[in-house]
Amino acid sequence: MDELDDIFPEIVPAPSQPQEPLPLSALAQYTYCPRRAALILLEGEWEDNEFTLRGTRAHENVDIPQGLLREGVWVERALPLWSERLGLTGRADVVEFVEGVPYPVEYKVSKRWPRELARKAAEVQLCAQALCLEEMFGQSVMEGALFSKSSQRRRVVQFTPELRAATLATISALRKLLQQERLPPPAADERCKHCSLLGVCMPEVPQALRAWRNQQWS
Amino acid sequence: MNSEVLNTLYIQTQGVYLRLEGDTLRIEHEDVTLRNVPLHHLGGLALFGNVLVSPYLLHRCAQDGLEVTWFSESGRFQGRLAGPVSGNVLLRQAQYRALDNPSSSLYLAQRFVEGKLKNARLVLQRAVRERGETEALALALYEHEAALRQLPQARSLDEVRGLEGGAASAYFAAFGDLLLSGEFRFDGRNKRPPRDPVNALLSFVYALLTTQCTAALEGVGLDPQAGFLHALRPGRHALALDLLEEFRAWWADRLALSLLNRKQLAPEHFEVRPGGAVLLNEEGRKAVIVAFQTRRLETVQHPLFKEPVPVGLLPHIQARLLARYLRGDLPQYLPFVGR
Repeated sequence: MDELDDIFPEIVPAPSQPQEPLPLSALAQYTYCPRRAALILLEGEWEDNEFTLRGTRAHENVDIPQGLLREGVWVERALPLWSERLGLTGRADVVEFVEGVPYPVEYKVSKRWPRELARKAAEVQLCAQALCLEEMFGQSVMEGALFSKSSQRRRVVQFTPELRAATLATISALRKLLQQERLPPPAADERCKHCSLLGVCMPEVPQALRAWRNQQWS
Repeated sequence: MNSEVLNTLYIQTQGVYLRLEGDTLRIEHEDVTLRNVPLHHLGGLALFGNVLVSPYLLHRCAQDGLEVTWFSESGRFQGRLAGPVSGNVLLRQAQYRALDNPSSSLYLAQRFVEGKLKNARLVLQRAVRERGETEALALALYEHEAALRQLPQARSLDEVRGLEGGAASAYFAAFGDLLLSGEFRFDGRNKRPPRDPVNALLSFVYALLTTQCTAALEGVGLDPQAGFLHALRPGRHALALDLLEEFRAWWADRLALSLLNRKQLAPEHFEVRPGGAVLLNEEGRKAVIVAFQTRRLETVQHPLFKEPVPVGLLPHIQARLLARYLRGDLPQYLPFVGR
């Protein structure tokens, strides 16, 4: 992690600055669509941090499919994670401890999202979990996995310097987003088709408004 | 357990039926009339849990602009009756104007911090009386005295927040000395997630109390997000957090301390997760909620009222006093200070 601090000194927050921790789940949302992340955070998921810590206990009942349990592996579900250094807080679906080394496993976000973006979003979230685990346990976490419920398969994710850099960049972008008062513009592309916030977001309206105005002038 | 405070009738008895009888509100329970209250006496009804209201009484309240507000039995805000015209828009306008006005924002932030400091000082003084002075307790008391002296001279919100922050860190540096049982230690406040049982307990009680403050503000029609001391942030209930400051030490911290010191909570009520997060388990949460509800029903003396009032109504009273101050009906806002 230290090498990365040298590569990205500007996006690592100064430790003296106390800051509101970012929810880990927001990183995936932001990667998928910044406006979606902004809408979610503006609509109150943000505030619930202290409550959700106990509220999300429902998650603990997520059953672990047979294929996930292996010999000699200690499994923790709904494990609270945090990083003081990066200002993160949240929970991991599953953390396996393989000979004492934490190994995060994230359930695949949503099968309705376009595949490539969903993969990226899940990887960033998983990598952020790894950064928390490294700080909490003082160990390097080099690998984790994404688990797809529908196919009952897991895919290994390496926490490469590139993925770590992308994750740190996402953290700082999300922090900037929360400081500005305006919503980012809508994506208005294939992402919107299956987005649950379509109705609130109204991605097609700016375009339609432009068209309407042009019509008035002509 | 029904009470009338500031012309608002608070109904907390479960299964009660309220109906209109001429110009009078009749409170019935199992076909027995408990009380008759002339409607013109009332400014509003606050109903907790299973309280039935006849349609005609509701119509009349809507017509007369009487506020009717529903809460869950435990005090979470559920909804409000919206009649044809309501003063709420003027109240919210006054709230936002005060927010835009640096001097009224500063004034209210000073009052909330004053309440916090005075109540924290009470907790510290009591500890010194009961088990002697420690170095940390003496230092914390000194910090609170100093902050209370400097508070009226503060010129900016940042100065007020600085005074509050300095006193709070001295307070939490001394907080470990208030624990009698050797089973628990406290080495400073941490959260999200809490990393020891005492912090887990404090976070949980603060969360319970925050919902009470939010509900009380919603109940009088104030916007719980538009706070003065706490910075505005999307989704954050800044005004509820402002109001919470008055009650943190006096209500939440004392409740937490008595649960620990009377050994009503033991280490087995907590769950320690790998990596260091600590949470109350189900048994633990149950014990805290029971103690919290019991405390809500106890009565105390409010400095402004002759009658003792239930602790659970204190946030509601403060919310109403705040609303009256913001509407220009009261010249001052007085934070709640216990004894």
